Amino acid sequence: MLAPSPKKVLLDPVLNNNPITFQVLGICSALAVTTQLSTSLVMCIAVTLVTAFSSATIAALRNYIPSSIRMIVQMVVIASLVILVDQILKAYFFQISKTMSVFVGLIITNCIVMGRAEGFAMKNTVWMSFLDGIGNGLGYSAVLMLVAFFRELFGSGSLFGFPILAKVTDGGWYTPNGLLLLSPSAFFLIGILIWIVRTFKPEQVEEA
Amino acid sequence: MLPEQRDSMTNTFVVTLVLCIACSLLVSTAAVALKDDQVKNKLLDRQRNIVEAAGLGKQSGELNAKEITDMFTDGTIEPKVVDLQTGEYVEDKAIANESFDERKAAKDEEMNATIHPGKFQIGIEKREKYTWVYLVNDKQGTLQQVILPIYGKGLWSTMYGFVALKNDLRTISGLTYYEHGETPGLGGEVDNPKWKKQWQGKQVWKGESTDAMLAVGVAKGSPTPENLPYMVDGLSGATITSRGVDSMIKYWFSSDAFGPYLEKLASQKGATHVSPIP
Repeated sequence: MLAPSPKKVLLDPVLNNNPITFQVLGICSALAVTTQLSTSLVMCIAVTLVTAFSSATIAALRNYIPSSIRMIVQMVVIASLVILVDQILKAYFFQISKTMSVFVGLIITNCIVMGRAEGFAMKNTVWMSFLDGIGNGLGYSAVLMLVAFFRELFGSGSLFGFPILAKVTDGGWYTPNGLLLLSPSAFFLIGILIWIVRTFKPEQVEEA
Repeated sequence: MLPEQRDSMTNTFVVTLVLCIACSLLVSTAAVALKDDQVKNKLLDRQRNIVEAAGLGKQSGELNAKEITDMFTDGTIEPKVVDLQTGEYVEDKAIANESFDERKAAKDEEMNATIHPGKFQIGIEKREKYTWVYLVNDKQGTLQQVILPIYGKGLWSTMYGFVALKNDLRTISGLTYYEHGETPGLGGEVDNPKWKKQWQGKQVWKGESTDAMLAVGVAKGSPTPENLPYMVDGLSGATITSRGVDSMIKYWFSSDAFGPYLEKLASQKGATHVSPIP
């Protein structure tokens, strides 16, 4: 097997092999936290860090982990890191952790994190796995921020909480589109995004 | 390590053991080290909401942590624990101490009471027997406002908030929610400052302060002119959240909840708990 270059490992998941648009993983949290850019940003940072550090840890242990319990080992490492992130958010970013509520804890179930641990970190070096984690985190973040941008702008008329389109309820002209604040809208947006990406990259289209 | 060695029984146990200890150490260290900050944040968040419900905040910007804590130490805001059934303050230090948490109490069989299946429902079966109330005093120590914690089910979640009453104990001076999981932009608009502002000056009772006279609430759409002194606009696109707020506010002012306490407080002030219909 050819060793992939660090640059490729880091940047491939952002465009060519995006965990959301290509592998269609981690959709659940993409629905839940994308009504606001600020919560999405925190979610992105949290997921990126957890993926990077869990992948690095698993890679460091890869030669010692018995294959019979490897999934549980990965899970324990990921869960510990997620609890750590949750505790830090509660201590230093209380307001944000309040709006994220259970979704921080649910990073544990984000398929991307475990997918990278099992799919990449079990076979690669610590450094490569760390980069792979960052790369996949960034790929996830790119999609999340894009979805959140549209949802917050057209659903609440603001970006990062700053009013951009003056809402009717605040005496402006814009009637917010309530659908964008509900989960299905994230499905539509991700669907459209996958459609666009696969139109330009036909090699990503799966055979029916 | 060779695959046979790696997959051996001994190694499996060793890896499990080492990993579990390492991870539990990490998690517990974090929990212990960060606990003080977390507790402080939580308390501050609650106090901030009490201050906001009382309308003691600044016109622009947020109060900093010290300004808020000061209000609680200099006697501007005086926390008390109340027995909801009798309306008396609880003096027993075993209950009425800083660590009393009414939300925990509501779940504790020893400390909770069943909500009567009566007229007003908040979608919850049990509530706490005792709860915090906050008295807002001026510099001379005269009562200015009373702040009461309220909660109840909305569409998705239990909404927690505070309602502040003026010292006539009949007029709302502020209402705020500090925790809810309603749909952002629809039911989540209970957070909207414009909507919250509507509560200011609303009368709780129409005439005498009995359950039958409870007139405060949320209208469907806009309140009719005769309801205007008591009701606020419903939230558009959030019928169930609006209904939740409506029954919650009625319940907490009824004789099942804060009624006895407000009655007591009014008689202490030497005033009858009745005011002319505006």
